[in-house]
Amino acid sequence: MSNNITTEDILRISGVDTRKCMFCGKCSGTCPAFDEMEYHPHQFVYMVQWGMIDKLMESKSIYKCLTCFACLERCPRNVQPAKLIEAVRQAVIRQQGMNHMTENDIPGLLEDKLPQQAIVSAMRKYKK
Amino acid sequence: MQKIGVFVCWCGSNIAATVDVKAVANAMRSEPGVVFSTDYQYMCSENGQNLIKDAIRDYKLDGIVVCSCSPRMHEATFRKTAMAAGLNPYMVEIANIREQCSWIHKDMPEGTEKAMVLARAAIAKVKKNAPLTAGTSPVTKRALVIGGGIAGIQTALDVADAGYEVDIVEKSPTIGGRMAQLDKTFPTLDCAACILTPKMVEANQHEKINLITYSELENVSGFVGNFTARIRKKARHVDEKKCTGCGVCTEKCPSRKGLNEFNMGLNTRGAIYIPFAQAIPNLAVIDTSNCIHFKTGKCGICEKNCSAGAIKFDQEDEIIERKYGAIVVATGFKPIDASYFDEYAYTQSKDVVTSLEFERLMNAAGPSKGVLVRPSDGEHPHDITFIQCVGSRCSHDATKGKEYCSKICCMYTAKHAMLVREKYPDVNVHVFYIDVRTPGKNFDEFYRRAVEQYDVDYIKGMVGKVTVEGKKLHVQGSSLLSNDQLHIYSDMVVLATAIEPDPTARSIGTMLTASMDTNDFFTEAHPKLRPVESPTAGIFLSGVCQGPKDIPETVAQAGAAASKVIGLLSKNELVGNPCVAHANELLCNGCSQCERVCPYGAITYVEKEVRGPEFRGVKRVAQVNEAVCQGCGACTVTCPSTAMDLKGFSNNQIIAEVDAICR
Repeated sequence: MSNNITTEDILRISGVDTRKCMFCGKCSGTCPAFDEMEYHPHQFVYMVQWGMIDKLMESKSIYKCLTCFACLERCPRNVQPAKLIEAVRQAVIRQQGMNHMTENDIPGLLEDKLPQQAIVSAMRKYKK
Repeated sequence: MQKIGVFVCWCGSNIAATVDVKAVANAMRSEPGVVFSTDYQYMCSENGQNLIKDAIRDYKLDGIVVCSCSPRMHEATFRKTAMAAGLNPYMVEIANIREQCSWIHKDMPEGTEKAMVLARAAIAKVKKNAPLTAGTSPVTKRALVIGGGIAGIQTALDVADAGYEVDIVEKSPTIGGRMAQLDKTFPTLDCAACILTPKMVEANQHEKINLITYSELENVSGFVGNFTARIRKKARHVDEKKCTGCGVCTEKCPSRKGLNEFNMGLNTRGAIYIPFAQAIPNLAVIDTSNCIHFKTGKCGICEKNCSAGAIKFDQEDEIIERKYGAIVVATGFKPIDASYFDEYAYTQSKDVVTSLEFERLMNAAGPSKGVLVRPSDGEHPHDITFIQCVGSRCSHDATKGKEYCSKICCMYTAKHAMLVREKYPDVNVHVFYIDVRTPGKNFDEFYRRAVEQYDVDYIKGMVGKVTVEGKKLHVQGSSLLSNDQLHIYSDMVVLATAIEPDPTARSIGTMLTASMDTNDFFTEAHPKLRPVESPTAGIFLSGVCQGPKDIPETVAQAGAAASKVIGLLSKNELVGNPCVAHANELLCNGCSQCERVCPYGAITYVEKEVRGPEFRGVKRVAQVNEAVCQGCGACTVTCPSTAMDLKGFSNNQIIAEVDAICR
């Protein structure tokens, strides 16, 4: 299956320049979710750079990332692998068609006790 | 009417491909004042130069314009050519039709037109040129070396052996620098002190070398051949002539709070101390911030115990002012502060140390007498992890660290790993690396020995974090080749921290007007062809102050800097630059603005009798010291009454150029 998502798409969504990476592995050395992931943070950088986007999009690894940003914080080259993982996740969501709800539904849902974060994540849930 | 000659160079195809050189030469022939104009393939070649010489003689030219490359490239060449033909060298003007024309244009008609404009501007200027004669200045035959590490010592020895006097100014109480702190040296594993201390002794005993230790440079003025340096010799509170270096005072001193700088603060020393056993000069020094006498007025135990009567609590700083012909910067380096990288728990555990601290822990004169123990509890470690590239090779937009490779860390880490395995075969040694960089004679062989002969566990990958878990250090890192995350429980972690220029380098660079890069390393005059000279004349570079390097490279560079110093000091006088400022005394209004902007202190004001058509009498006027003036022109643009002018670049000449371009 081909998702037609290119390296350029992921780089544009994330704002990351993968060429800055020197493959020291500090991101994967620091990652608390390492054992849960099929592809590790440094592999995301490598695989995005070389266009292996489909494999990443099909992998459960994108949901195992805790978005703790430890890799981003400690990267000596400021590559920001966490943003790449988030971008792949975004690409998957965008492929899934419509969101659960539209922006117009939000005012009616707003309630003091309901955290706004919940609405935002509901936006991200896709139909399929 | 003046007789000007124009010479248009092809520079092979460099110029001729984008500029119609024949058209330029033809067009210039009809310019007023031009009596001769021609083109040639390589004007800088011997034939080209002969063509110029012949034209000067045949046409009795009194000014020439060479349309060629940048004046930085060949202005000196063509000035010599003119001089050989009997023309004053300052009657030569260069029109830069290569760097500023042919190289940046693609279109031939456009390039040709611009070349003509540039040539016309140069013709307009040369018509207003006046013959200039360069003055000379004497050379003080003494060199100053800033920094007494291996770089400074080697430069001083080489200069002194050539027969010139050298002063070494060193900020700490002893010479020796960083190399004195090292245990062994790669790739031969000979002891650093064994090869360094004889050089320290030689420097001390050399009749031409004068050591000015525990002293700091306060101010430098002057110019190449004629620098004046003011040095503050800090009070040791010990009489240098009386102290025998017996060390009794250092043992009796009841204050034990001062951190031992030589041992990287791993242990303490007395308030009166001798930095280390082989210190040169072997003299005690009082650290007044920790001395009980200086804090309370009491104690004085050192004074009572000194049989030589050398303690002088009332000693004061001394100012030394001396002239030098050349100055060598050898200010060296320090490791970066590892606490910026707290993911490695440097501030949380005493057992996480930097590599320089590890040198002291391994050294027989170190805090543990050469027995490798954990700093926290004094126990023997069974597992040690080394982490390379801590603070090196970081990107410019990363939150911390240096962009450059510190160059020496791969080798000293291999050395540490090997020494540990040699002395303590029961200790497991891991090294996390990104790349192992070992370019150097016998360097890669050395690293392979660590892997193959000493079973050092080299892991390709970086450590993400170190956490303190009980008595152990939990090292979590990646092994890229096995695509694994490793969890190693070590007893000690050693950080190969990046090196950075000594913090004093920046202020010294400012004092010397010597340029530095963004990392505070000194810049060389040319990165390939003039690697030991600063762009500022008379300032030379030795050792790590110019960029990371190991001991053999430092010694080689120190010798190269020395040979440049010797070349300078062997001259009796230097030919100056005649393009200096001068004040028109009739126009000068005595405002002092030029004096304030002059970066070289070349301008003074005097009361002088001035006679002109509109004014007669005594007035305050600017006077330029032509030997000190560097011709920067700052005064000419500052002067509100246009009294200041630069010879060879006068306001008249520049306006004439602009007029020619706008014609």
